[in-house]
Amino acid sequence: MEYEAVIGLEVHVELKTKTKIFCSSTTEFGGEPNTHTCPVCLGLPGVLPVLNKKVLEYAIRAALALNCEIAEYSKFDRKNYYYPDMPKNYQISQYDLPLARNGYLDIEIEGRTRRIGITRVHMEEDTGKLVHQGTITTTPYSLVDYNRAGVPLIEIVSEPDLRSPEEARVYMEKLRSIIQYTGVSDCKMEEGSLRCDANVSVRPKGAKEFGTKTEIKNMNSFRALYRALSYEVQRQIDVLEEGGRIVQETRTWDEGRGVTLPMRSKEEAHDYRYFPEPDLVPLVIDRQWVEEIRAALPELPDQRRQRYIRDFGLPAYDASVLTATVELADYFEACVARYPDAKTVSNWVMGELARLLNAHNMEITQCRITPEQLADMLRLIDQGTISGKIAKTVFEEMFVTGNHPEKIVREKGLVQITDEGAIATVVEEVMAKNPKVVEDYRAGKEKALGFLVGQVMKATRGKANPEIVNRLFKERL
Amino acid sequence: MLTIQEVEHVALLARLELSAEEKKMYAQQLGDILAYAQKLNQLNTQDVPPTAHVLPLKNVFRDDEAGEHLPPEKVLANAPDKEGQFFKVPRIV
Repeated sequence: MEYEAVIGLEVHVELKTKTKIFCSSTTEFGGEPNTHTCPVCLGLPGVLPVLNKKVLEYAIRAALALNCEIAEYSKFDRKNYYYPDMPKNYQISQYDLPLARNGYLDIEIEGRTRRIGITRVHMEEDTGKLVHQGTITTTPYSLVDYNRAGVPLIEIVSEPDLRSPEEARVYMEKLRSIIQYTGVSDCKMEEGSLRCDANVSVRPKGAKEFGTKTEIKNMNSFRALYRALSYEVQRQIDVLEEGGRIVQETRTWDEGRGVTLPMRSKEEAHDYRYFPEPDLVPLVIDRQWVEEIRAALPELPDQRRQRYIRDFGLPAYDASVLTATVELADYFEACVARYPDAKTVSNWVMGELARLLNAHNMEITQCRITPEQLADMLRLIDQGTISGKIAKTVFEEMFVTGNHPEKIVREKGLVQITDEGAIATVVEEVMAKNPKVVEDYRAGKEKALGFLVGQVMKATRGKANPEIVNRLFKERL
Repeated sequence: MLTIQEVEHVALLARLELSAEEKKMYAQQLGDILAYAQKLNQLNTQDVPPTAHVLPLKNVFRDDEAGEHLPPEKVLANAPDKEGQFFKVPRIV
């Protein structure tokens, strides 16, 4: 039987406010254990949490960027569970009256656009971190650090609209891109400021009803998300094909072994006994404020991509790649401001630059080549000072040293040879040394020319102007 | 009165270990409390909007400005057990 996957994602995003959601402790990452804490986030008796207004503003901004409706009235609730990652034995979250609902985002998959629904966006506090010796089930005891407890989070819940692990990955990338553009979070999955759980089920293709779902946790990278979902979908199909049935449970992704494993439930499933948080007053969200935040939304990835296609005449593919992160898009535009041939800039940024960043495991923000230097290098090619081939050598040197291209060209003696006389001498030498190849060419073997040109390039260490070399050969052959 | 199973369920959620005696006692006591609260259901609340808070307050905010942290020795002063600057807790699952 043919099956299809039904996937919904619950994404947690840490907001980059200066202080925690309900107290004035810093949100700074790291720090000695338990030093970023105060009586409020330690849950000491008699303290009163007060909502950080910036958290609400950031959450509204993110929700608007995801096309959500912002609630008129919203409140916080206590989610009760006994687990030492929170000192209070409950987490302050939002249950039945979340900040925002009914949003969507569009993903591009196999050349077409799919609209993925967003059920809700709500605010909550992050939990502390537990340090185990070995694994959570075998450790003799655990150590607790509450530095992260109370860091503001938004949870973004999608509709079960995703139909494959690939769609889930693309959705997640798009979500990260949008949130990052709004400036409310760094969205670094590896550092935990972007986290994701998935609800997964399978059903016969075309069926209306959902199958029994499992919840998958502990996917800490885009690759892990894709691998975990692929594994889980296939696992469920195998169970059904063998006549078994899916057990509703929470499973954890084991990155090392490449499998999902059932987690012993830390709680009788979802028995969280939510009730309204008595220490926080309700929110009545001012419409004018919402409209101000909406009006101040920055250009989002889809708009920027459209602009690149429209104003720069770039292919859709280039526009998508270049606008994936704000940083890359800003870098690209800074280059184009100094060298207006957008497609040439795009080729270098998506080609050589991306290759070098990848090889050195670096982000665009760490790149030592300034947009000015990149533009100056492109002009050196236009002026004929260096060939396109030599430019790649120059570019790599710029990448490693951060030096200006002119300095590199001068110091390394990479200036292109355009002196016809000098090139002609080499061309004649090469012809004299390779009489057989010359004959082949004259007998109609076009490819022979490539070899001869190559020999000239070799003799001049790539510095001969290739157009002149070609022309001189053609004149002589 | 609650059933013994219901008492065991909430005891597990609260990580409480109860003797057979205690389970019986709490089944009675919790049942009495719930029965008392049930009296509220006799009121007609048709025209009363749900109330999460009794005070007529809304939109109380603080600014995103850093304040003082508690010194580590104070943070850990009431910890039943600690290791270095960490709270130390029994294995959880």
